[in-house]
Amino acid sequence: MKRILIAAALVLPGMAHAQQIPPASPAVVDRVVTESFTKLPEGWAQRLVPDETMQLCSVTRNQPSAKEADAIMAREAKTVKLPEGSVIGNWKEGEKVAQNGRGGQFSDPPGTVSGGNCYACHQMDPREVSYGTLGPSLANYGADRKFAPADAKVAYAKVYNPQAAFACSPMPRFGHNGVLSEQQMKDVVAYLFDPDSPVNKPVK
Amino acid sequence: MRPKVPFLTCLCALALLLAPTLKAGAQEDASEKEIERYRAMINDPMANPGYLAVDRGEALWAEKRGAKNVSLESCDLGQGAGKLEGAYAALPRYFADAGKVMDLEQRLLWCMDKIQGLDIKPIMAKPFSGPGRGSDMEDLVAFIANKSNGMKIAVPLDHPKEKEAYAIGEALFFRRSAINDFSCSTCHADAGKRIRLQGLPQLDKPGKDAQLTMGSWPTYRVSQSALRTMQHRLWDCYRQMRMPAPDYASEVVTALTVFLNAQAAGGELNVPSIKR
Repeated sequence: MKRILIAAALVLPGMAHAQQIPPASPAVVDRVVTESFTKLPEGWAQRLVPDETMQLCSVTRNQPSAKEADAIMAREAKTVKLPEGSVIGNWKEGEKVAQNGRGGQFSDPPGTVSGGNCYACHQMDPREVSYGTLGPSLANYGADRKFAPADAKVAYAKVYNPQAAFACSPMPRFGHNGVLSEQQMKDVVAYLFDPDSPVNKPVK
Repeated sequence: MRPKVPFLTCLCALALLLAPTLKAGAQEDASEKEIERYRAMINDPMANPGYLAVDRGEALWAEKRGAKNVSLESCDLGQGAGKLEGAYAALPRYFADAGKVMDLEQRLLWCMDKIQGLDIKPIMAKPFSGPGRGSDMEDLVAFIANKSNGMKIAVPLDHPKEKEAYAIGEALFFRRSAINDFSCSTCHADAGKRIRLQGLPQLDKPGKDAQLTMGSWPTYRVSQSALRTMQHRLWDCYRQMRMPAPDYASEVVTALTVFLNAQAAGGELNVPSIKR
C-alpha cells in the first residue's frame, strides 16, 4: 500500500502538470518542423506544411465545429474531379491497388507507383484475414447499395477527397493529393461495386 | 539465439495452415495467442540479442576516444556527472549547459563533442546500424537505458523549456500533413485499433498503452536484426506517414518523445525489450 501511494505521488504531479501546459503557438511548431526536416528530396517541401483544411483538423484534433466542418466540406467538394463516363474500372486491378501499400515513402525508389493500401484500414473481401480496423468494414459494399451507379459515383468522390463528405476524416485524399491516378481510383470503385468482385460475395 | 527466428517462421506457417479451417475471428485469436507465447519466450535477457548491444555500449562508455582522448564517464545525463542509474527514465530534460531540452541521443552527441572532442559528423550522417555497419549510438543507448530497468518513467516538466517541448510534441502528434494527410494521431488516438493485423497502441492520452510502449524502447527488432532507439522508431513513423526523414537528434523527435513519455508517466522500463 505504501509503495502504491509513493508511486501515485510520483506520477500524479507530472500528469496534472501536463494538462496545465498551454498549447504551442503554430508559428513555433512551424519553425521546429522547418529546422528538423532539412534534408528534403526535391519537391517534398510542401509535405511539411498542412493546407488550410489540415491545419484546421490539426488544431481542432479532428473535431471541427459544425460551421468549420461545413466550410471544409464546401471547399473540398470543389476539388473533386469525376471521370468522364463510368466510374467503374476493373475490379481485379482494384484489388491490387487495395492490397498495395507501397509508394510515397522516403525509402521507396523514385518512380514507385503508389497503392491505395485500403486493407491497412478497411475490411473488404471478407475472405482476406489481414485487414485493419481504423476505417469501417467495406465488405458487401456494392451489394448493400444495390450496385446503384449514383452510389458508385459517391464512392469515387470519397476516394478522391473524403474531406468533401466528412470533415477531418482520417482517410487520405487520394485524388486531390495525387496519390492515385484516375484509372486506379476507378479500379478501386470497381472492386467495391462490381457484382463479380469478391467484396460482394459473402462467405458461405 | 539463432534458432528462434526459424521458430517464428514455423509459427507463421502453422497460422497459415490453420487459416482455412478456422473462422477469421477465431483464427486471429489463435494467432495472437501464439504470438504472445512467442513474445513471452523470447522476453528473456539470455535470449535477447539486444543485450549484446548493452555490453558493447558499456565498453564504449568507458573507452577513451576523440581529440581529448577521454571517456564519456564524466558526461552528465541529468543525474550528475557519470551517474547512469535512473538517467534514461528522466529523459528528455532541460540541460542548462546546452540551453535546451535533450533526449539521451542528443545529450550523448553533446558529450562526445564537448568532452571527448569527437567528430560527430559521421554519426549524424549514419546514426542507425545497417547490414555490416554497427551503431555506437544504438549500443550506448542500450547500455544507458538498461540502467533504468525497473524504474518508472518520470520525464520532468518543470522548466519552461520542458513545458514548451511538451506543448510542441503535443501539437506535432496531431499535426496532419504530407500526401496522405496523416498525423501520429491517425493511428494512435483510439483504443484497440490495428493496421492489417498489427495492433496500435493508443498514445494520445496517458495510460497503459503509452506506458507499455515507452517502457519497452530501446528494443531489439527481430525483423531488422538490430537494436533500435526511439529516434529510429519516430524516424520510421515519419517514413510511414509519407513525411520526409526527420534529421537525427532533431527537435521534432525530442519534443514528441517528451510528449509520449509524459503520457507514459509511471510506466516501468524493461529494456532493451525484444519486438518483431
